[in-house]
Amino acid sequence: MKETPLSNCERRFLLRAIEERKRLDGRQTYDYRSIRISFGTDYGCCVVELGKTRVLGQVSCELVSPKLNRATEGILFFNLELSQMAAPAFEPGRQSDLLVKLNRLLERCLRNSKCIDTESLCVVAGEKVWQIRVDLHLLNHDGNIIDAASIAAIVALCHFRRPDVSVQGDEVTLYTPEERDPVPLSIHHMPICVSFAFFQQGTFLLVDPSEREERVMDGLLVIAVNKHREICTIQSSGGIMLLNEQVLRCSKIAGVKVAEITELIQKALENDQKVRKEGGKFGFAESIAKQRITAFRMEKAPVDTSDVEEKAEEVLAAADPPPDLLSVSKPVLWTPGTAQIGEGVENSWGDLEDSEKEDEDEGGSDEAIILDGVRTDVGMEVSNTGSQEAPIVLSDSEEEETIILEPDKNPKKTRTQTISAKQEKAPSTTPVKKRRKKRTAN
Amino acid sequence: YVPVKGDHVIGIVTAKSGDIFKVDVGGSEPASLSYLAFEGATKRNRPNVQVMIGNFGFKKGKTSKYSEGYLNGSSCCFSSGTGVTLYHFIKISFSFLFLTRLLAPDCEILQEVGKLYPLEIVFGMNGRIWVKAKTIQQTLILANILEACEHMTADQRKQIFSRLAES
Repeated sequence: MKETPLSNCERRFLLRAIEERKRLDGRQTYDYRSIRISFGTDYGCCVVELGKTRVLGQVSCELVSPKLNRATEGILFFNLELSQMAAPAFEPGRQSDLLVKLNRLLERCLRNSKCIDTESLCVVAGEKVWQIRVDLHLLNHDGNIIDAASIAAIVALCHFRRPDVSVQGDEVTLYTPEERDPVPLSIHHMPICVSFAFFQQGTFLLVDPSEREERVMDGLLVIAVNKHREICTIQSSGGIMLLNEQVLRCSKIAGVKVAEITELIQKALENDQKVRKEGGKFGFAESIAKQRITAFRMEKAPVDTSDVEEKAEEVLAAADPPPDLLSVSKPVLWTPGTAQIGEGVENSWGDLEDSEKEDEDEGGSDEAIILDGVRTDVGMEVSNTGSQEAPIVLSDSEEEETIILEPDKNPKKTRTQTISAKQEKAPSTTPVKKRRKKRTAN
Repeated sequence: YVPVKGDHVIGIVTAKSGDIFKVDVGGSEPASLSYLAFEGATKRNRPNVQVMIGNFGFKKGKTSKYSEGYLNGSSCCFSSGTGVTLYHFIKISFSFLFLTRLLAPDCEILQEVGKLYPLEIVFGMNGRIWVKAKTIQQTLILANILEACEHMTADQRKQIFSRLAES
């Protein structure tokens, strides 16, 4: 599918908003979106949500023979995939440029920084080493894939446990998880990518661009830093000219942000560890059940003309812990009413839709008479049900034969009267027929 | 979006070809809009769609079932023929269900929103809404409110609106 083109007026609006230091979702220039980390039942499986951008990471391992020129080192393999559900524009063959760029950046960030001790992955020098494979899947694209992917990769690697191996002389014993507890990988440090988007030839800068902002940005600067403030990777794309003081400033900001994110990751890992030890429930089933309720929750909304930000979510989730949005063991504290409402609303909307349709039916006759000029917004009479089945071909003669009836009586009437194969149509089509008849009558 | 005859849609002009504009309405094919559909346009005096690619206009959709959409721009088309530059607006995408709720005759959401600030809203049945208010801040607020209102109950909405009204 093609991407919806970004209209000029939207682009202008976004740029003007950025000039006034306002972002679409009410963040400040250096604010990250809320990061949520949840773990699956397997070791090494995690889902990271950066706002609405979601990345699933899975680590697996295998015993293989090492590369010839590196006989004592394990092998690391990274793979990022842009799933088609992430954005309509992602198709199996089409997103290659972006994909290649992201993959390369991720590899440089994680492999070249030597965050994982590959020597420790060696089992028998020259013969058997561990091959660690990190698979990342982008589940939803709302901007800033690279940050989310790097967080997911590092979290998955930290979470992963490989089977224990012991070597006695020439004998190598591989223990199953039941025999001996699996062993974590030895990770030196956690490099995390931070993205900076530049606008207006480098005048304005935003951290963690969302999808809209990414579309209008001039260039992107990605800096991968670890919590010891060591820069692991730095990449600038888009061809913008940056001053060296800008780059230095960005690296400082990145250092601060990464410290916060690393803390968050540590907490999430600890929580998961605790839950597993205590034998509590862990895994996606637990966290996703809660997320489903929060899926209807809106994040902050910029409200208020006097530059004081109010958060819509404060209304919705009174007791929700705002800063550390973790997973598993931290339940989302919904007041019972709102949790119910979250699911109850879903059901009642179904009813609303039906009752609305019938109301529109009754109101439809009046609206047909009223001239279009009265309503400044879109006339709805033709909209709702008309769109539900586009290929209705009703000849005029048929329409005039149908008689106005109560909506619930219509199914019986139309089945006997209409000649063509409309009989198979669901009863919900009958309000349409009634409406069309009225329109032709006027 | 599946184009339907008689729908009002918001489209984005993507290309000029011959005598028509190609407009993206979110359907499977682009729709076509003739030059002559704009106010004050004649064959000699072509509409000055200033910044061609990516502008949008509000049009009445008249799409036939089989061929690609043909738009009859009988309703106003701004940003083109009139040459008005548009400020302070934003286009957002919405689910269809929410749109129909908003378009119901006595929509509370719209009334409450209208009490807050003077604003202009245009709804397109292809799931796009165009919002304009006096300042950028207000427009952003409106856009976010509309997005949030989709999943809120009436009580929660009232709370938010009352908080806004105070500040």
